[in-house]
Amino acid sequence: MLSYLIKRLIALVPVLLGLTVIVFAIMALIPGDPATAILGSFATPENVEKLNRDLGLDKPQIQQYLIWLGNLLQGDLGRSYSLNRPVLDEVLERFSATLILAGAALLLCTVWGLLIGIWTAARQYGWTDKILTFVVLIGISVPSFWLGLLLILLFAVQLRWLPASGMFAIYGGGDLPDLLRHLILPALTLSVVATGVIARLTRSAMLEVLRQDFIRTARAKGVSETRVLYGHAFKAALVSIIPVIGVQAGFVLGGAVYIETVFQWPGVGRMLVQAISTRDILLVQGGVIVVAASYVLFNLLADLSQSWLDPRVKA
Amino acid sequence: MVTLKLILRNRLAAFGGIVLLAVCCVALLAPLLPLADPDITDPVNRLKRPFSEGALLGTDHLGRDLLSRLIWGTRLSLAVGIAAALIAAFIGSAIGIVAGFYGGRIDDLTMRGIDMLMAFPYILLALAIVAVLGPGLLNALYAVAVVNIPFFARNIRGVTVSIAHREFVDAARLSGMGRPRIIWSEILPNVLPVIVIAMSTTIGWMILETAGLSFLGLGSQPPQADLGSMLGEGRKLLINAPHASIVPGVMIFVIVMSVNLLGDGVRDALDPRLRAGALSRPAAATRVERPSPPTAGKTDALLQVADLQTEFQVGPRTYKAVGGVDFEVAPGECLGLIGESGSGKSVTALSLLGLVASPPGVIAGGAVRLDGEDTLSMNGEALRRVRGGRVAYVFQDPLATLHPLYRVGDQMVEAIRSHRPLPRQEAWNHSVALLEKVRIPNAAARAKAYPHELSGGMRQRVGIALALVNDPDLVIADEPTTALDVTVQAQVLALLDELRRERNMALIFITHDFGVVAQLCDRVAVMYAGRIVETGPTEDVLAAPRHPYTRRLIACVPELGGGRRALAAIPGLPPPVDALPDGCAFAPRCDKARDACRQGDVLLQAGGTRAVRCLYPEGAAP
Repeated sequence: MLSYLIKRLIALVPVLLGLTVIVFAIMALIPGDPATAILGSFATPENVEKLNRDLGLDKPQIQQYLIWLGNLLQGDLGRSYSLNRPVLDEVLERFSATLILAGAALLLCTVWGLLIGIWTAARQYGWTDKILTFVVLIGISVPSFWLGLLLILLFAVQLRWLPASGMFAIYGGGDLPDLLRHLILPALTLSVVATGVIARLTRSAMLEVLRQDFIRTARAKGVSETRVLYGHAFKAALVSIIPVIGVQAGFVLGGAVYIETVFQWPGVGRMLVQAISTRDILLVQGGVIVVAASYVLFNLLADLSQSWLDPRVKA
Repeated sequence: MVTLKLILRNRLAAFGGIVLLAVCCVALLAPLLPLADPDITDPVNRLKRPFSEGALLGTDHLGRDLLSRLIWGTRLSLAVGIAAALIAAFIGSAIGIVAGFYGGRIDDLTMRGIDMLMAFPYILLALAIVAVLGPGLLNALYAVAVVNIPFFARNIRGVTVSIAHREFVDAARLSGMGRPRIIWSEILPNVLPVIVIAMSTTIGWMILETAGLSFLGLGSQPPQADLGSMLGEGRKLLINAPHASIVPGVMIFVIVMSVNLLGDGVRDALDPRLRAGALSRPAAATRVERPSPPTAGKTDALLQVADLQTEFQVGPRTYKAVGGVDFEVAPGECLGLIGESGSGKSVTALSLLGLVASPPGVIAGGAVRLDGEDTLSMNGEALRRVRGGRVAYVFQDPLATLHPLYRVGDQMVEAIRSHRPLPRQEAWNHSVALLEKVRIPNAAARAKAYPHELSGGMRQRVGIALALVNDPDLVIADEPTTALDVTVQAQVLALLDELRRERNMALIFITHDFGVVAQLCDRVAVMYAGRIVETGPTEDVLAAPRHPYTRRLIACVPELGGGRRALAAIPGLPPPVDALPDGCAFAPRCDKARDACRQGDVLLQAGGTRAVRCLYPEGAAP
């Protein structure tokens, strides 16, 4: 197990490096001369050239990348000009909010997705299956940002049960119950699509497994049907479901962009949208790198739990 | 055409297709419809509710007609979504085909790059691209197209690799065709359907994603409006004028939902497994649909099978895999059930305890009495107690029949504890003892192994030990040695025989090998096309087979040390069980068949300890 872990960690290095290359390359494609942009159109050519030299922009791209990467590894992601504070500070602060939201959503979609998948597979072609399968299809098709608005209209405006936006109440909030109250609607909205995807996959994976010979063996042994379903079929199906949960983590992290905007959640997604509007490129860069890296790490986690579950993977 | 019919038969998919078609028609015809100008502002009539006069869906914050804006917005959203899908499909497929066809380093490098792109959360990459290009509908379109390229590249590469070395491609290569021409004339036509399916499943997402970017204000810019930006504008007035955000949202939802319904229909129609019903879930016990069980005869047999009939119902076809089988097994007796593959012997064995996968399996008649009690009419719990308790199975190929993710010892413990409330540790010790009994060396350590860590012979011994855990009265062994090599096979057979005598348990041994039957069984029943054609004490049958099929089957066995004897294969194949001939099922392959053999039902004629289903049995007067 340990050697497998080390192998996987080593394999992570090129992926993370590739990530930085892509982010750097995308940002290097930005049209226009940054120095001119900073100094304004009345700048003298000498000043532009001096600033270019100061910013290191006169050097070849590869050298620029290496310098940028070196800074990145030291935790220096530059300074956000619109917020006038280090990018890393801002990103980490916002990212913790996103993690709370995305973590809650991921928990919801995993639990519900698996349960719905098992239920529908166990009652294939029955009414429960037909109704739930249709509901799941609706869940996959509904635009999450619109669903968020509907939920606000219903639960915050009409029923006044839950707050419509933000992470904490402005007055007197700040404790855990307050956070949870604010978390319910956005986390629910964010989890809907992923729940649908996981439920559909779980259903088909379960049906696939239920036809396998070892299920017949379990029945021939006299194992109860409940245990056949949850102990034998589900465990085997989980092996192919876990990677999809890993992929869904990406969708949840990305989908947070919409949900944070709808619910005014102070996360990294909303920060990115604002940074794009104000053309704060360094902030965009920092946000993208941190979120992408966390996604890679989460997928590693998914891989590891898969190999823990399936002894055949380690070989 | 068949595909289209299948899609239309799926009502939901047809419904999705019709809705989508209607939406597309309205969007296409927008310039011709009598609509108000979507961009003319009318501040006096702002935020009118839906169904008010002159504005069916109301007006927005600038007094613009929402219905008109909705239809024009739909037009734009559809156009952008479809364009993005086309771009992504074109570039992605091109990359996939080239990588898959050329292989080697080109393949390696491209796929590494694609994997890198896939390491990004999808929407994040789109955001980064929009950040670079600047907000705008066209840029949003590019961004959504780019992030979908990896999906197409991956899928299409996979398909290309699988056909790049097929015969027709090799033939084209040998005929001196250039690579670009091969791609164009051989690869592309075969890959195209996959591209279409991939598009049909992703186009909904792309419409959704472009709408999302517009919603965030990063896509279409005012006054131009797609559905997403309408929603984004409406959101600012959510509380005062909810209709301004509900209306465009409903439209996005309707489009995406109908695309998904249609896409599911297309996928299902093209999935051969679904068509064959191979993805339906087998029930806990085989469905029983019989008129009424035949009355029990007086017998001291442990197991009495009477007129057992098992069918597979696949679509309009019915395959009669077992067509009325009768046999008895006395306590401690070994019965060999022998026949070619497809003769119904395994299905017979599985039917005894309702283990035939259902659907498609149905037990259509007969009775299976264990000490006089019919297993086919038992309820779930009673049947569960018998399974693995009084009657246990040993299956062929234990790599597939043992659970891959549980240690073999745990699988045995589970079998014990499903029947007896034994403490875990005790059950474990019992399992290890049994593993020793079936001569697994170092059993205590092997119990902790997973099935894939054991050799084939070892796994089969585990399978046997698993059947023995609850001291069954009857073991049904379904070709337990077929997957093993000869020496291991002999060991396993000797072991089974020894265990049977030692524990006085009955054994039904299913095989296609008369040599094995001779070594092991007291009595033998020969099956052909779902029925027993001959039965009797093993020695008698071997010495003087009465059914021509039995005689030919015995002639197939090579005799060791018996000098050089021509091995006689039986010409022809068993008849398909959904189209059995009239009369004797073996008649078409029988060299002694006469006209009488091809009419009416040939009955199993009993005489003494033997029975044969033949009008002109061997050794009888002609």
